[in-house]
Amino acid sequence: MKLMSNSAMLSAALAVSGAAALLGAAQVQAQAKEQFFPVLSYRTGAYAPNGIPFANGYVDYLKLIDARDGGINGVKITFEECETGYATDRGVECYERLKGKGPTGATAFHPLSTGITFALTDKSFTDHIPIVTTGYGRADSVDGAVFGWNFPLGGTYWDAADMLVQEVGKKEGGLDKLKGKKIALVYHDSPYGKEPIALLEERAKMHGFQLLLLPVTHPGVEQKATWLQIRQQRPDYVFLWGWGVMNSTAIKEAVATGYPREKMYGVWWSGAEPDVVPAGDGAKGYNALVFLAPAGMGQVHKDIIKYVYDKGQGTGKKEEIGEVLYNRGLAAAMVTVEAVRKAQVNYGKKPLTGMQVRWGLENLSIDEAMIKKLGFEGFMTPISTSCVNHAGEAQAQIETWDGKKWQVHPGVLHADNSIIKPMIRTSAEKYATEKKITKRDCGKESG
Amino acid sequence: MLKKNWPVALLGVALLVGLALPLATGASAPGFYIEVLLGGLMTGVLYSLVAMGFALIFKASGVFNFAQGTMVLFAALAVARMAERMPLWAAILLAMAIMVVLAFLIERIVLRPLVNQEGVALLMATLGVTYFLDGFGQIVWGSDVYEINLGIAKEPVMILQNVFEGGILVNKEDFVAALIATMLVVALAIFFQKTPTGRALRAVADDHQAAQSIGIPLNRIWVIVWSVAGFVALVAGVIWGSKLGVQFSLSQVALKALPVVILGGFTSVTGSIVGGLIIGVGEKMSEVFLGPILVKTFDLAGGGIENWFAYVLALLFLLVRPEGLFGEKLIDRV
Amino acid sequence: MFYRENGQFKSSYASDLQMLPILQDRLFMAGLLAVAFVAVPLFVSDYLFLAILIPFLILALAAIGLNLLVGYCGQISIGHAAFMAVGAYSAYNLVLRIPQLNFLVVLALSGLIAAVVGLMFGLPSLRIKGLYLAVATLAAQFFIDWLFARVKWFTNYAPSVSPAPIEIFGWKIDSPLDKYLFVLCVLTVFTLLARNLVRGRIGREWMAIRDMDVAAEVIGIRPVYAKLTAFAVSSFYVGVAGALWGFVQLGAWEPLAFDLNLSLNLLFMIIIGGMGSLLGSYFGAAFIVTLPILLNQIPRMLGVPIPTALNAHLESMIFGALIIFFLIVEPQGLARLWAIGKEKLRLWPFPH
Repeated sequence: MKLMSNSAMLSAALAVSGAAALLGAAQVQAQAKEQFFPVLSYRTGAYAPNGIPFANGYVDYLKLIDARDGGINGVKITFEECETGYATDRGVECYERLKGKGPTGATAFHPLSTGITFALTDKSFTDHIPIVTTGYGRADSVDGAVFGWNFPLGGTYWDAADMLVQEVGKKEGGLDKLKGKKIALVYHDSPYGKEPIALLEERAKMHGFQLLLLPVTHPGVEQKATWLQIRQQRPDYVFLWGWGVMNSTAIKEAVATGYPREKMYGVWWSGAEPDVVPAGDGAKGYNALVFLAPAGMGQVHKDIIKYVYDKGQGTGKKEEIGEVLYNRGLAAAMVTVEAVRKAQVNYGKKPLTGMQVRWGLENLSIDEAMIKKLGFEGFMTPISTSCVNHAGEAQAQIETWDGKKWQVHPGVLHADNSIIKPMIRTSAEKYATEKKITKRDCGKESG
Repeated sequence: MLKKNWPVALLGVALLVGLALPLATGASAPGFYIEVLLGGLMTGVLYSLVAMGFALIFKASGVFNFAQGTMVLFAALAVARMAERMPLWAAILLAMAIMVVLAFLIERIVLRPLVNQEGVALLMATLGVTYFLDGFGQIVWGSDVYEINLGIAKEPVMILQNVFEGGILVNKEDFVAALIATMLVVALAIFFQKTPTGRALRAVADDHQAAQSIGIPLNRIWVIVWSVAGFVALVAGVIWGSKLGVQFSLSQVALKALPVVILGGFTSVTGSIVGGLIIGVGEKMSEVFLGPILVKTFDLAGGGIENWFAYVLALLFLLVRPEGLFGEKLIDRV
Repeated sequence: MFYRENGQFKSSYASDLQMLPILQDRLFMAGLLAVAFVAVPLFVSDYLFLAILIPFLILALAAIGLNLLVGYCGQISIGHAAFMAVGAYSAYNLVLRIPQLNFLVVLALSGLIAAVVGLMFGLPSLRIKGLYLAVATLAAQFFIDWLFARVKWFTNYAPSVSPAPIEIFGWKIDSPLDKYLFVLCVLTVFTLLARNLVRGRIGREWMAIRDMDVAAEVIGIRPVYAKLTAFAVSSFYVGVAGALWGFVQLGAWEPLAFDLNLSLNLLFMIIIGGMGSLLGSYFGAAFIVTLPILLNQIPRMLGVPIPTALNAHLESMIFGALIIFFLIVEPQGLARLWAIGKEKLRLWPFPH
């Protein structure tokens, strides 16, 4: 079949070799005074509704630092997005592609997926690039002696689950009143959803409530059977640990089966606008945790509008600025930038390697004064890390959707460390023995 | 006759026993049992809507349209996005027009060049269409979750409160869905039996060569078939979209319609309905009643039986009765 | 003119039956192996290893496996990623529970376990074929996915699974170069095996079943034996590929890593590469691995960066369009184009 003439084949061969050459050339980096920030995001797939605002917030803040401050002490920020689709293998691909970019390699990775975090954790010990998992990731990675490169800043899922149990305990009039009650966990069938189970089982043993585990398979659109089972079992409370479209589907199914939304409590990743708006009026009364940053606009938002959006450089829609996940993206970017700034104090005002950035992340002390200076007043909680504690103090509040906005309840919840710390220690030890990791000596390393 | 068909009979009996078990053993309250049954029937109706499209296209052109799920999604996206700017009925009409154009293009670009290839090649071609439409649809319409508001109340209604303790929860939306599906089936039946085009379609389904030899234009018929399938996809899309919200995952859920056509028979629209209902009910029943038992016995990390129930049931049917319940016995037995 | 068997005489049956009877082919293969084993490690950056070469090699192995079933034996399967999952989880459990085993033995055993599972799910092929069989294999895909997600024993009661780096006879395989060489060795051995399989009696039985199964049965080929061995061998390959994918490429994985998308990707590889051709499996794998990266880099190179979401959608569209293009224009895929090229080389530079 004379499909391709000889010249066509020749040009095809040339094109292929040209493409290969280009690929090779892509690895040659310009040596400039730049700090490279990789951005693992998902703007397609079932989790896009939640991934998009977070990525927009993150990228907008990086753009703001460049536009308003000229970079971090003169070192400009460059970034590149990579689409992971919330899939672990694509996340690993993106990681491998981006980890060597920039004059000193990638600054830090925010996988925004517990599954990808699990995979990258193993690589971190050889690659020496920090993995910042603000409010997600491995719960035991608080222990910096074992997980030297993971930073679950702001809290982990054990903290979140603990706080929710405390909240429903408060509602019942005391944790002891939980005895004999039923709490259902509707969770995303992935490492993200499975993470809180250990703590909930521990608390169930302590207080005598029955824990009902109801996994929902990705993408989470089929929940009819789950909610029929909830209707059959009639739990007193439902904890929602969903992501992406699973959240809005859960609330819609709760409406369809008549489960009171006031008794539903979502983790901080199940409490954003894309989760409640699709259910319309039915979502009124739904509660969720909110940590780090609630919805709203503050000083930093005004700056972003002024320096980024008014100049036509905005990443997303202007109306989305100030939503819960957008603000969380801002906060995540902010802690990374501040870590670089802190590390620059130690290592000099130049592009820093992942190892140096890790020092900054381990010596973070963002207090109220600093929060105000950065323009995050009301949208950030103080964080101070150390070698042994990679998360800082976890705290959160409860917010309720009133149909139009999130209403944050007064009163701050703290996780009960007396239960969580031993669990972290055992789990981290187990990981260290399984993977043959030598623990770091936190006393020796300049902490 | 029973002797020859004993595997089928056995399967049928097993299914019926499985269905009756929760009620018979008193493992569940009768009111709740009916709720699960209704829930399963409603899910089944949704599957049938997608399966009908499969059956139509296979009936008329022998092509297994893997892209039916994506067509449902595409139609739903079109309606949802356009309804943001114009009244719903206008959006639906416009979406119908788009589906007809799509049908025409698919027939022209994909099917006509492949007309003499075996079924597997056509299956893979429709797989290619799936991927193409997935990407294209999301570029044009976006990947957020979109709403289709049919104006039906979402809150459930309690009925028969005095007969069963606590009453039975029914959903108005589900009823409307079932109603629309029934009307669609009736309309299709009338179309196939009474109109000349419908008769031509059945002739083509029977024997392409013979139909051509009496002057039925094959290419035009295929465009019509794909358009009708597109219309069915549109109805399915509107109903699914109104219930679940229009988003990318719809096309993956629609994959479940494959076992439905296997159960019902590839060439039978009635079979799609019956198969869909069986699978819908079977799924929900097994998930709600069998699931917890399995979890306890085998210490499983949660249920999720409905992920594979439909497929395994289809597999069993393939082994005992490949032509499905209502299909024609033209499968090559190996 | 340069590629011809003219003037190459064979003086023994053995040399006549050899795999590469034409000298130019042997030289080319020797050159290829030299480049792969020697030149590439010397000149290629770590990034290219991890992003392109290693996934390409492992997916090529899986594609060969699927090709044996679909291309050579004509039994369609859209659930093959499930057997990759079986291989990966078997390897993990073997390494976890019997740590004394050599990893090569683990690989072979996990392949065998995958083969047994593949055999079981291949039983429907004895009664149905074509797209009915396709749906049956979908059952395998979803059921096995569910099994690994739910039965906690398989994942050692952890949500995600991550084994320690491989160590064979003291050689620790954790740098990209090590991984590349290890996978390359495995692939070379397995390709040799596959080539001999399809040249031999089994391969011919498969091809006979594919082309005309009734006629094949008439001349004495037992379809049961042929089909089941096709399923078993194919699952063996795919199981080993799955174990390598999990251990070498991913490092840590959850059940979702081996979902329907991977199955469909494998199918695309062999459609685009060429069904019924081992070389086609390589082409297809190379294509599927490099296309997303090219789509990503080329616009950036040309100075017109495309937003990532658009990129992902374009990828989908291009895949779909290419499938249709190849099915219509060249159903035998890239391998056929390669064969045409070789044919032209017989005459070039002469016109006729």
